[in-house]
Amino acid sequence: MAGNSPFTEEHDELRASARGFIERELTPHAEQWEREEWFPEEVFPKLAAQGLLGLKYPEQYGGQGGDFLHEAVMIEELARIGSGGAAAGIGAHIGIATPPIWKFGTEEQKQRYLVPAIRGERIGALGITEPGAGSDVAAISTRAEQVDGGWVVNGEKTYITNGVRAHFIVTAVKTTQEGGHHGISFLVIDRGEGVESAKLKKLGWNASDTATIAYQDVFVPQENLLGNLNEGFALIMANFQWERLAMALGAVGAMQLAWERTVAYAQERQTFGRPLTGHQAIRHKLADLATSLHTCRCVTYDALQRFVDGEDPLKEVTMAKLLTQRACFDFMDDCLQIHGGAGYMREYWIESAARDARLGPIGGGSDEIMREILGRVLSL
Amino acid sequence: MAATAESVVKPDFNANRKHFIFTDEHEQLRESIRNFAVKELAPHADEWEESTFPDSVFPRMGELGFLGLDKPEQYGGQGGDYYTSLVLAEEITNANSGGLAMGIAVHTDMAMPPILAFGTEEQKQEWVVPAIKGQKILCLGITEPDAGSDVSGIKTRAVKDGDDYIINGSKTYITNGHRADVIVLVTKTDPDAGYDGFTLFLVPMDSPGVIREKRLEKLGMHASDTALLAFQDVRVPASAVLGQVGKGFYHIMWELQGERLIGAAGCVAGAQKCFEKTIQYAHERKAFGREIGKFQVIRHKFAEMATKIESARQMVYVTAWRFNNGEYPVREISMAKLHASRIACEVADECIQIHGGAGYMREYGVERVWRDMRLNRIGAGTDEIMLDVIGRSYGL
Repeated sequence: MAGNSPFTEEHDELRASARGFIERELTPHAEQWEREEWFPEEVFPKLAAQGLLGLKYPEQYGGQGGDFLHEAVMIEELARIGSGGAAAGIGAHIGIATPPIWKFGTEEQKQRYLVPAIRGERIGALGITEPGAGSDVAAISTRAEQVDGGWVVNGEKTYITNGVRAHFIVTAVKTTQEGGHHGISFLVIDRGEGVESAKLKKLGWNASDTATIAYQDVFVPQENLLGNLNEGFALIMANFQWERLAMALGAVGAMQLAWERTVAYAQERQTFGRPLTGHQAIRHKLADLATSLHTCRCVTYDALQRFVDGEDPLKEVTMAKLLTQRACFDFMDDCLQIHGGAGYMREYWIESAARDARLGPIGGGSDEIMREILGRVLSL
Repeated sequence: MAATAESVVKPDFNANRKHFIFTDEHEQLRESIRNFAVKELAPHADEWEESTFPDSVFPRMGELGFLGLDKPEQYGGQGGDYYTSLVLAEEITNANSGGLAMGIAVHTDMAMPPILAFGTEEQKQEWVVPAIKGQKILCLGITEPDAGSDVSGIKTRAVKDGDDYIINGSKTYITNGHRADVIVLVTKTDPDAGYDGFTLFLVPMDSPGVIREKRLEKLGMHASDTALLAFQDVRVPASAVLGQVGKGFYHIMWELQGERLIGAAGCVAGAQKCFEKTIQYAHERKAFGREIGKFQVIRHKFAEMATKIESARQMVYVTAWRFNNGEYPVREISMAKLHASRIACEVADECIQIHGGAGYMREYGVERVWRDMRLNRIGAGTDEIMLDVIGRSYGL
């Protein structure tokens, strides 16, 4: 990969092998998974067997001992499944649910959760958002009351990726009366008594089991506190950067796939005696799309490079997320338009790609929140 | 209201805005259609999304006189003006079902007008009279798997055989294709005559050889049944010819104008409804200690949407006035369709965004509006075709 790509030949090899596995084993099932609104449990151990679930995690936990660059390659290639939901379920497990355990967990917690997660045997979810607190993360109200030996948790989370299948949920709870920036903690909550999941029906990401999770008098033992008591807010913020970068990478991967499929369609479909690409307006539209994809890739890779260099690039990551999510949806929408009537048919995939892409400007921090963050970062 | 030295003129934001094309009668019609849609259709909208809306909607609407509003009284219509059709297209959005609205519109404003304009008295008696009652359902067959935008590229062939014609071919994306009793079918009767080689036929859907091949699964408009149809040696008598032999292309080009304007009206009304629902949400939903509608950026989003809707509305109304007054405003109709389709999608998309995570959930209905609206930039003539028609109208 030329230009300012952060990737080396080693990463390119990983990309080729990941892509080969995904296109062979996962992509052919995408349509069925979307229809059934579920992807099979076996996908996780299958990916684990290829070493793809623990790329950035240390070998002592069963990982590949690589870094975020390796995972970045994987995230881009997951988009080639052609099912935003399946990619999201896998991505959430490796990118947002397990990292907090790796970064803030005790050795014992890593053995209990990270090791089987990397093997694809125990799937994780991250539970922060609530019906009454989305953008306003500090307002979460799920509370944990201290009892003998642990906590009792009551509350409700929503829009939780892997919310039905997850064996454990890394959950943000209020551990003081006021909650807020200095009163939130993280508990790793095992699925069990009092934990009730209900699957949500969505516009897209349909292969993903996004759910509401109700916690009713759930006992959580002391040893499941993740990180320090009342310091959960810092954990939330730390996690967001990789989540947002991963979303940017996923968008780039999805746009790349849509580009390939749309150009193939536009070169084959004939109207007025010539292929669609024979019409100047279509060619220019495609040129604009290619430019957008390139822009998104450059901005994302720049943020990625800064991230792996340890810069803590809040501005660049936020900009990458803001730019790529709307760009990806507009990209899919334009590709749908190029397909004409076929673009409106389920049979042709592009409409599902558009539905999947539409979450991007909302989830992982809405466009509006990205702009708020930038306002502060830019000292406005 | 005149400004004087003594008085202070206040903005009349909440005044009921009338447009000069609508009379009190139109407003009464508006109310009765709205009440019907809210009471009898909207409660079933979600259910009909899963399957389709029942055929019985047609005779019920026929009973209420809603299927022949601007159609001649001699065929059972209400004899109203073109604006009554606009009112129907606007108020049917209260059914909360884009698919139902589309199925009705195809029947009243796409398939029926050409039969009235070009049909014989027998054809009008056979099809228009029962269609206005809702006892027979109509559909329109132009598009083929290999010919969408390029209408002149259609290949469905009608070959003369004695006093009959034999029809072979394939049509796709046909709204009402699974429920209709008859199809207004565009065929090629003379491959060597270019634009003068097309003929319209009225083909009963129960004719031997008419095959409903597939029920197409779509991004939106789920309550509407969309068909892939095959015609295999379908024999029809010469009396099935609609209009003039060889003039079918011109007939259908005329039909498309009315279709596009009604579609544009539906886009404006749908966008308006979505806008109003989202204003309500912006009052109810709180974040960071206040109603989300009170954030300046959200306020401005509503302002942008309102401006877009109003601009499209004015284009539709003024163009309808031209149409009703005997003009043939093809350029303006194309502009209205182009603009209304685009802003409807933009408004629905922005409304999803304002709803946040809830906008992505099917439960809230706003994502369905986007999926339904999205068809309008493609069906009845894509944005790109509208741009071509408009551009060419300047000699370019």
